[in-house]
Amino acid sequence: MISWAENGHARFPETLEAIWSQVGRACRMGITGPPGAGKSTLVNELARMIREEESTVGILAVDPSSPLSGGALLGDRIRMEDRTADSGVFIRSMASRGSHGGMARAAVDAMDVMDAFGMHDVLVETVGVGQAEYDVVAAADTVLVVLCPGAGDGVQAMKSGLLELADVIAINKCDLPGADRLTSDMQEAVHLRTAGRDKWASPVVQCSAGKREGVEDVLVAVKSHRDHLSDTLPDHRRQKRIQQVRQVVGERLDESLWMKGNFGDQVEAMLCSGITPYAAARRVTQNLLKSAQENQSSEFQA
Amino acid sequence: MSERRIRVLVAKPGLDGHDRGAKTVASVLRDHGMEVIYTGLHKTPAMIAEIALQEDVDVVGLSILSGAHMELFPRVRQELVDRGLDNVLMVGGGIIPGDDMQVLEKDGFAKLFGPGTNTDSIAEYIQTEISKRWAAEEAQA
Repeated sequence: MISWAENGHARFPETLEAIWSQVGRACRMGITGPPGAGKSTLVNELARMIREEESTVGILAVDPSSPLSGGALLGDRIRMEDRTADSGVFIRSMASRGSHGGMARAAVDAMDVMDAFGMHDVLVETVGVGQAEYDVVAAADTVLVVLCPGAGDGVQAMKSGLLELADVIAINKCDLPGADRLTSDMQEAVHLRTAGRDKWASPVVQCSAGKREGVEDVLVAVKSHRDHLSDTLPDHRRQKRIQQVRQVVGERLDESLWMKGNFGDQVEAMLCSGITPYAAARRVTQNLLKSAQENQSSEFQA
Repeated sequence: MSERRIRVLVAKPGLDGHDRGAKTVASVLRDHGMEVIYTGLHKTPAMIAEIALQEDVDVVGLSILSGAHMELFPRVRQELVDRGLDNVLMVGGGIIPGDDMQVLEKDGFAKLFGPGTNTDSIAEYIQTEISKRWAAEEAQA
């Protein structure tokens, strides 16, 4: 079913309908951070701890596709190998297949499937670069950002935009020099954003996943965020579903206009007449909106 | 609608610490547009089959240099069949004598590649075989 979601298989929507009533029970965690921060190792350790509580875990590991060949080398499993033999853990690797939207949708679908099949916790892990990856982790209930010392200072973490997304910040490899500095930088950055406002102040937690130290503190922080959410969770999730619907509408429109309509030819003709791309786009949009109003179709107002 | 991509599991069964070949093949397949999952070293046949199941791969490629291929390859195959994955294309490579290759190719392995194989030819072989299978699937549907 996850493959169907990835490939945009025609039978996926009806199958999802069949299991939809079972979706929404799992706790969803998104894990992101720069390459080499130790995300997979931390995910492996978190999964181990969750398993000790007799819960089942679904892990979705997203790796980038090559922009040249479209292929991908999916290596996150290597750092999760202790979990392979465990029947309570389901690990799936996914390639981003270019950043044009589709990946985020497939990842959300995959989380829904794991959720419906009874995984208590669903973890999705991705490298924190690019809009598509943001979309993936943003679909989770709790976003955990993993940083490590030696990969740039706090200001760089701030400007990368990762912090705006973070519900919990883990400083991994905390035995390395610079960890305390990074931790206080992050605490300050969180304080700057939340002080005096009625907002969740993301806890900054030190850990060393490779040495199995401090991982329980990360889990505690995640749980406290989950408790914080408890009242607003249904609303929180509904907002994200609205985003999902909006995205799918966009994809469908794109598909039906460009693939089924003869838009390509029309635009080519316009460009040949010497107008700029923006003028062509304006003309196309105006025509669309006009015909939409004529059809009384509400789809286009989105 | 995204296009379907060939998913390949490259696996190292048993006690064999040399994976330069496996990594080379994995990179080449990636460069041919496939999505490659590499297991890492020292996997048991059951682990390999379990990963193949979770990842829903089209191809399982085993790499072995230890000489235990006649023991391990059929066991991986059996574990896959036990999980209902008899449809997966099985290939392998490494230091395997020609006689053994023939036996394995009669026993469920589609093709084995020895030292000196042109890496592009492995990718082309997989692409040809999988597109045949997909065409057959579509004809059935």
